[in-house]
Amino acid sequence: MLEPRFNGIMAENLVSAMVGLEEKDSLRIVQEKMDAGEDPSNIIDDVRKAMEIVGKRYENCEYFLAELYLASDILSEIMEMVKPKLAIGAMGKRYGKIVIGTVAGDVHDIGKNIVTFLLDANGFEVHDLGTDVPPQKFVDKINEVKPEIVGLSGFLTLSFESMKQTIEAIKKAGLRDKIKIIIGGGVLDEKVREYVGADSFERFASGALSMTKKWIGSA
Amino acid sequence: MVKTPEELYKEREKRVVDAISLKVPDRVPIALIDNFYSIKYAGVTLEEAMTDYEKACAAWKKVQAYFEWDMFSYIPVTVSGKVFDYLGSRQLKWPGHGSNKTQYQFVEPGTEYEAMPAEDYDWFIDDPSDYIIRRHWPRVYGVLEPFKNLPPIHNMVSHFGLFDMLPNMGTPEISNAFESLLKAGREYVKWLNVNLQSIQELIKMGFPPYYLGFTQCPFDFIADYLRGTKGALTDMSRNPDKLKKAQEKIVPWMIDYGEWMAKITYCPRIVLFLHKGAGGFMSNQQYEEFYWPYLRKVIMGLIDRGLTPLVNTQGIYTDRFQIISDVPKGKVLYQVESDIFKAKEILGDTACLTGGPPASLLNVGSPQEVKDYCKKLIDVVGEGGGFIMGSAFPLVTAKDENMRALTDFTREYGIYKK
Repeated sequence: MLEPRFNGIMAENLVSAMVGLEEKDSLRIVQEKMDAGEDPSNIIDDVRKAMEIVGKRYENCEYFLAELYLASDILSEIMEMVKPKLAIGAMGKRYGKIVIGTVAGDVHDIGKNIVTFLLDANGFEVHDLGTDVPPQKFVDKINEVKPEIVGLSGFLTLSFESMKQTIEAIKKAGLRDKIKIIIGGGVLDEKVREYVGADSFERFASGALSMTKKWIGSA
Repeated sequence: MVKTPEELYKEREKRVVDAISLKVPDRVPIALIDNFYSIKYAGVTLEEAMTDYEKACAAWKKVQAYFEWDMFSYIPVTVSGKVFDYLGSRQLKWPGHGSNKTQYQFVEPGTEYEAMPAEDYDWFIDDPSDYIIRRHWPRVYGVLEPFKNLPPIHNMVSHFGLFDMLPNMGTPEISNAFESLLKAGREYVKWLNVNLQSIQELIKMGFPPYYLGFTQCPFDFIADYLRGTKGALTDMSRNPDKLKKAQEKIVPWMIDYGEWMAKITYCPRIVLFLHKGAGGFMSNQQYEEFYWPYLRKVIMGLIDRGLTPLVNTQGIYTDRFQIISDVPKGKVLYQVESDIFKAKEILGDTACLTGGPPASLLNVGSPQEVKDYCKKLIDVVGEGGGFIMGSAFPLVTAKDENMRALTDFTREYGIYKK
């Protein structure tokens, strides 16, 4: 059964349904909005608002990976519904570009995926190269998309060397001065940051988001 | 007078057992969990170690003989690379597998093989053995794919059950699968014999094993192998009852498995590697509802059978220390990767702790920095016993001079004054 539609209230409802991780309600509300002919870019605005709040809750340790997975599922389901109706360029303004990946030899992606999700939900244009990414692939992507920031992720101790090699390859390509490099992963710390030659190290995904915002100046 | 290997064995065993039971040993024991460190130390490539068992074991013995840690670590090569090859394993990347030259890395379900869908929970809960044989193995071992065509294993309940199975067994696909199993089995025996021989030699040299068997935390079994991280974590909201029932079902099996491992290895210490309950993965509330109760049952079951659980808390566990302190005093060994000083405050009266300098120090720090860190560990975490010097995580890479510094310093500075 459909609920009565009141534009202002429904907008609130979508945000709170998404923030509350109410999958069915969120999708129902979006469907209703679309049936009522609402401008899809309004829906996107709500989605963005909701994702920002989800990100905040994660930063505040009210939400965890378990909740981020649910939120990301709801997000992609809504995007599937809305995308066909969206005008080109209606995805909203993007604050900055980031190239991210798990370094060579390492296939762990949970941390990288959290950061990617948070950055994307907060309006950054994220180019995710996946896992076990060789240095040259980072260099090629940097040349192609010209990001402000590069994120290197690694879970294993061997990633220290891979990160160092990646940053050296970036230097050799003459790109180091044009970008900020942030590293993240379970066993990293300040000492490793110094060793590999990155600009910043973050242990938590929320820290990576704050640092990125600071660098881009969108916070 | 020079002590015999038997005397040294007893002395070392007592040192570790005293630490675990929260008595003050003669000095801080040294024992670590090796994950290919000894292979690298001996200059053998990881790929070689996966197929040349003699070489791998020689490296293992060499490291133990050189450092003379109080206990020797588990076999650095968990299973022969040839065995993985014969099985067509998709669940693990091992050194020499495809382009992988590095340590073991588990492949997340749902990436290179299908994860267990939520609809399969009922089947798993009803009969995990049947599910694993006919549904899970075909997904994760390429050569066992034809097992999906086997009739239900519980068909065996009648005299004719076996005969009902024979037509399937006789098909070329399933015959081939069994041929592969035989090949893998024979290779496994070769690998095992070389390892058993080395274990005997290490024991004769006067070193007790730290642990030789393991078992698993029920939540992690489901998250790591069946449902995947995302599947298991979202099941806490989407399929909470099934997630609980599945764990409840396998708790006794995990205890039995640990006990069986202890029996065949003659080593009472059983290791559990924890993964998906670390800080950041779920809230404390979720941990207490979905993770800890089942892990605790396994821990308690092992203790009831006279065994010592060695629990590796991977990642950031600080927020969980209070929760995991609910175990009997002096019966559990927790390996702590981060915040071990905080762990001492919260867990110190209950459980022995083991840890060591962070990976960054061991890999890019200096021997002096390692010594300074070890001093702090011995002073703070070692106070009053209940501490084993080792590694904060299974050791893959480290500068050799740093491991030397850790070892020598602990041996000198870690003596408890009577």
